Amino acid sequence: MAEPKRIRAPFDDETARSLRAGDSVLVSGTILAARDAAHKRLVECLDKGEKLPVDLTGQVVYYVGPTPAKPGHAIGSAGPTTAGRMDAYTPRLIREGLKGMIGKGYRKPEVVEAMKEHGVPYLAAVGGAGALIARSIKSYTVLAWPELGPEALALMEVEDFPAIVVIDSLGCNYYEAGQKPYRKI
Amino acid sequence: MKEVPAKAITDAVAALAIKACCRLPEEMAEALEKARETEPSATGGDVLDQLVRNAQIAADEEVPICQDTGLAVVFADIGQDVHIVGGNFEDAINEGVRRGYVDGYLRKSSVAEPLFERKNTGDNTPAVIHVRIVPGDKIRIRLAPKGAGSENKSVLKMLVPADGIEGVRKVVLDAVETAGPNSCPPMVVGVGIGGNMELACLCAKRAAARDVGTHNEDPRYAAFEDELLEMVNKSGIGPQGLGGETTAVAVNVEWAPTHIASLPCAVNINCHAARHAEAVI
Repeated sequence: MAEPKRIRAPFDDETARSLRAGDSVLVSGTILAARDAAHKRLVECLDKGEKLPVDLTGQVVYYVGPTPAKPGHAIGSAGPTTAGRMDAYTPRLIREGLKGMIGKGYRKPEVVEAMKEHGVPYLAAVGGAGALIARSIKSYTVLAWPELGPEALALMEVEDFPAIVVIDSLGCNYYEAGQKPYRKI
Repeated sequence: MKEVPAKAITDAVAALAIKACCRLPEEMAEALEKARETEPSATGGDVLDQLVRNAQIAADEEVPICQDTGLAVVFADIGQDVHIVGGNFEDAINEGVRRGYVDGYLRKSSVAEPLFERKNTGDNTPAVIHVRIVPGDKIRIRLAPKGAGSENKSVLKMLVPADGIEGVRKVVLDAVETAGPNSCPPMVVGVGIGGNMELACLCAKRAAARDVGTHNEDPRYAAFEDELLEMVNKSGIGPQGLGGETTAVAVNVEWAPTHIASLPCAVNINCHAARHAEAVI
């Protein structure tokens, strides 16, 4: 594997557009944690014309619902969840300024279209490597909706969080490119 | 009748929940290490490397292998000479799940009702419980926490007899390809063939929860398992769907007698964190 690129989050436009499908990256800075229920609430806020609990401009969202932290730990196990479940909400959040996503799995074409239009990359972390990934998460602070438990909207400080760019802002897809040489049926 | 206190069941389930979520079964860990040696894709090899390290960290720190510690699926084989005293069987199981998931810092991923409010029950109850009454005076409990990334890709096809072996192959391959990276490959693919609608699904679930490296008792089905494994590993999906030859480490088949007009085929995929733990009381 090539040496990973070190990048900062939130993403500026240049960083977001510079990433290419297949790039290994180490993300440092702050990222949001949100999954199904928090996405639903974010979009409900927008529908009602209410202010969001956080300004999405430049933000990178990590689709995660961690396990509770053991005493002395910043967070529990914290691997990515399936991104496709957020597809229904994602184009709307991209239009609000969301600049990057970290999850696992395929995305719908309408999400990729929104990514291309707004220069947004989608990264994958290794699904099911929650104990390993947790080591790169330095803090976990709930921003809103604590009643959602593991689905609350949260802010995380990360240091060298490992990920791979799977769909870049040009729409190039590393799942397709990576699988093709090994496909024998 | 042998008396078994309900508390013994609760204690066993609580311990099994923590063990299953934090310790990858040995045979699965070995399968991942073996795959790491043979996987030709550099990215795939790197992913496998991370998974091996992850399992080690989880075991050392007693933290969950994966944050999706699942719904608690319990297979209980209850000896017919057992009399459970001091509480109800299902309450005892659920109390064990509650204690294991709360005390073990496991994630609570259960909502009380699926459609309208979806309110988290806060303690990961209720468990999904499958009971068999068997000869003997023991209770065997196998707890298999099951995450939704793989569970959501389950498939049931009511094939007809004319679809035959080729029909089953196609259902399995389609299920694996549709699941792709979403189900966290390398996977364990559970296939249930025969029975009726619900029995095919239960066969698939039992197959997915079977130990990696075990084969169906019927040599024809055992050979079919190997053939299906070879087939899915030609899909190119690879570890995490990033490309490679290790899409699955096992395809397990369980079957049941079926109707003259039916050939039900169910697929239940397990992710690489193919977790289960077992105790006998």
